[in-house]
Amino acid sequence: MTDATDSRQPGDHLFDVEEMELNFGPQHPATHGVLRLKLKIDGERIVGCYPIIGYLHRGTEKLFELHPFFQNVPHTDRMDYVAAATNNLAYVGAVEKLVGLTVPPRADWIRTILCELQRISSHLLWLATHAIDIGAMTPFFYTFREREVILDLFEEYCGARLTLNCMRPGGQPYDLPVGWVEKCRAFCEEFPERIEEYEGLLTENRIWKRRTIGVGVLDPEVALDYGVTGPMLRGSGIGYDVRKARPYAAYDQVEFDVPVRHNGDTYDRYLVRMEEMRQANRIVLQGLEKLPEGPLMAKRPRVMKAPKEGESYYSVEGPKGEIGFYIVGQGKPEPYRCHVRAPSFINLQALPDMVEGALMADLVAVIGTTDIVLGEVDR
Amino acid sequence: MSGLLAAMLEATGPTLFHYVLVPLIKIAIVLFAGVLPLIMYLVLAERKVLGFMQARVGPNRVGLWGLLQPIADVMKLLVKEDVVPRRAVRWAFVLGPCLVVAPAFVIFSVIPFGPPAATEGGISWFVTDINVALLMVLALATLPVYGIILGGWGSNSKFSLLGGLRSAAQMISYEVPQGFALVGPLLLAGTMSLVGIVEAQRDLGMWFIVPQFVAFFVFLVAGVAESNRNPFDLPEAESELVAGFHTEYTGIRFALFFLGEYANMIVVSSVAVTLFLGGWLRPFPSVEALSFLDLSFLPAGLGGVVWFSLKLFVFLFVYIWFRGTFPRYRFDQLMALGWKWMIPLALVNLFLTGLVKVWV
Repeated sequence: MTDATDSRQPGDHLFDVEEMELNFGPQHPATHGVLRLKLKIDGERIVGCYPIIGYLHRGTEKLFELHPFFQNVPHTDRMDYVAAATNNLAYVGAVEKLVGLTVPPRADWIRTILCELQRISSHLLWLATHAIDIGAMTPFFYTFREREVILDLFEEYCGARLTLNCMRPGGQPYDLPVGWVEKCRAFCEEFPERIEEYEGLLTENRIWKRRTIGVGVLDPEVALDYGVTGPMLRGSGIGYDVRKARPYAAYDQVEFDVPVRHNGDTYDRYLVRMEEMRQANRIVLQGLEKLPEGPLMAKRPRVMKAPKEGESYYSVEGPKGEIGFYIVGQGKPEPYRCHVRAPSFINLQALPDMVEGALMADLVAVIGTTDIVLGEVDR
Repeated sequence: MSGLLAAMLEATGPTLFHYVLVPLIKIAIVLFAGVLPLIMYLVLAERKVLGFMQARVGPNRVGLWGLLQPIADVMKLLVKEDVVPRRAVRWAFVLGPCLVVAPAFVIFSVIPFGPPAATEGGISWFVTDINVALLMVLALATLPVYGIILGGWGSNSKFSLLGGLRSAAQMISYEVPQGFALVGPLLLAGTMSLVGIVEAQRDLGMWFIVPQFVAFFVFLVAGVAESNRNPFDLPEAESELVAGFHTEYTGIRFALFFLGEYANMIVVSSVAVTLFLGGWLRPFPSVEALSFLDLSFLPAGLGGVVWFSLKLFVFLFVYIWFRGTFPRYRFDQLMALGWKWMIPLALVNLFLTGLVKVWV
C-alpha cells in the first residue's frame, strides 16, 4: 500500500474523511433535561464536545433579590429539583449565618435526617437514569419503588414530594408527624437489602463493568482545577466532603464514612454513590435514634433584616456536590445579591475533558455519571 | 374441511392443487393464523413479563389483562400520520421497512412446525420442504440488515445514519459465527432440509443441543445480535441514538420495523428450535418409556406442533428475560465479542465436529 510518495502518517485515514457535527439535545432522552451538546464526531468517536446551556434559565438568582429572605426558600426547591432539602438547607444556613440565628438542636437533627433521605432519593434517581442510559432497564423500576417510599415520607412531613420547601431561616416549620419516625425506621431497616438487589443486577455484571470501567476518567488534578465536588471528586481519590470538612447541622454528632475510590472512572463513581446511599441510610438511623426533644424554631425577629454591611457563605454537601449560597445583605429584608455555587454547573464543566476521544455510547454513560440537573445548571 | 379440499382437487386437477392451491392456503394460515397473531401477542407478553420482572403490572386497561392491547396498538399505528421527511431519499425510506419484514415472513415457509404427513395425502405441518432450506434461511436472514441500513441512510438524519452504520458493523460481526454455528448440525445431519435435520435428530436419539452445545451457544448469542435485541440493540439504542435507524419513521412504517424485529425474533427462535432442540420431537426421542409424551392422542401430528410451540415460547421468554437483565454492549465491544470469541469458538466446534464425523 505505502510507497515513497505516500505522505500519510501512521494513524491517518485511508480515505478522505469528514467530521460530522451532531446536535445532541436539548431534546434527547439521555441528556437528563435540556442539556445541549454540540458534538464533533469521527464515525462514532467524539473529537469535540461543547456543552450549550441556558434552556432552563429562569433567573433564579435575580428573583432572590426581589423577595424577603423567608420567601426565597421555594426558589431553591426549583434549582436541583430532585434534591430540594439540601438546597433548602444551604440557603437557610446562609441566611441564618447572615442574620445571626441559632437553630435549636431538634431542628438541626430533623434537617440532617431530611437531607440524608434526600441524598438517598437523589442517588436512586441517578442510578435509575444512569442504568437506563447504559441499557439496563430493570434497576429503573426497582429504584423508583424505594424512591416512592421516601417521597411519601416527605409528603407526610411537609405536604410536598419534590419541591419540599421544608426549612425556614431559624429552624423547622413543622415537627415530625406522629408515626413518622417508625415509618422511616422501617424503610431504613429494609433499604440495605434493596441496595444489594440493585448491586446484584449491576456491580458484577460483565457488560456493566465493560461499559463503565475506564470510561470517562477524571484525573484528580483536572477535577480540582474545575472545582468538581461530591461523588465525582471522591471517585477520583480526593476525600473532600463538606459534612466532614466543615460539619453543619448535626453531622458532627453522627458516625459515617466517606467512601473514596481512586480510579476516577464511571465504575468507581458508581461504587462511591452506592456506598454513599448505605452511609446516608446509616446517618438517618442514627438521627432517628438520637433525635432530641425541644423547640423547633429559634427566636427570630418578625422582619428578618440583613446587617448593613454583611455577607455570608454557607455550603452543604448535596447529593451532587458542594452546594453553597453566597448572600450579600444591605440592611434590607431582601438579599442585595445571592450567588449560588451550583455543583451540577461546575461538575458539568469537566464533561468535555471526560468524553474527548470516547465513543458515542460512552458519552451517555459519562453524562449519567456526572449526575447533573439542568434546573441547577441554568438556575 | 376435507370435503371442501376434495371438491377443490376435483375442480383444479392434481398439479394445480398440490403445487399452487395447497401451499397458498398454508401460507395464508401460517401468516394470518400463526405468525401475525403470535407477533402481536408476543409484544403483549413481553410487556407483561417485563412488568412482572420489574415490579409493575404491564398493560391491563384494554380488555381483560390487557388482551386487546395489541389490537389497540395496531389500530393506533394504522391511523397515525405517515410522515416522510422532506429531504429523505424516498425510495430508500419506503423500501427499508419492507426489506425488514418480507424476508422474515418468507423464512416461515420452510420452518417445519410439526411432523410431515404420516400417510399419503395427510397434513404435513410446513409449507414446503426444500433440500437447501438451511441455505435459504441463511440468505434471507441477511436481508433485514439491508432494510435497516437503507432506512437509516434514507432518513437523512444523523442519528438514523449512525444506527444504520452500527447495524452494518453488527451484521459483519455476527453473520459469520452464525453461519459457522449452523454448519455443526448440518454436518451431523448430512442434509440441509430442515425436516431432514429434525428427522436426523430422531434417528440419533437426541437433540443436537447435546453434541453441538457450543454451536447452540454461539447461535443463540449471534441470533440475539441478529435480531437487534438487548444486550445487542445498538442500532436503535434509545439512550444514545434517540431511536437509531427508525428515528424518523412514524405510523405504519414504524410498525413494519417493529413487526420485523419481532418476526426476526420468532424466526431465529424457530431455527434454533429446529436445529438444536429437536423441532417437533419430544424430549428424549429414543426412550420408549416416555413415548406418552408424543401426545399421539392428538390428531394429525398436532402433538409435534405442541412441542414445537412450547420450545419456541421458552426461547422467546429467554429473549425477554435478557431484556430485563442486561445493560447494552458498546459498539466496539460487540465487534470484539464477535470476532475474538464467537468466530474462534464456532471454528473450533466445527473442527471437532468434523473430526468426529470422519472417525465415527
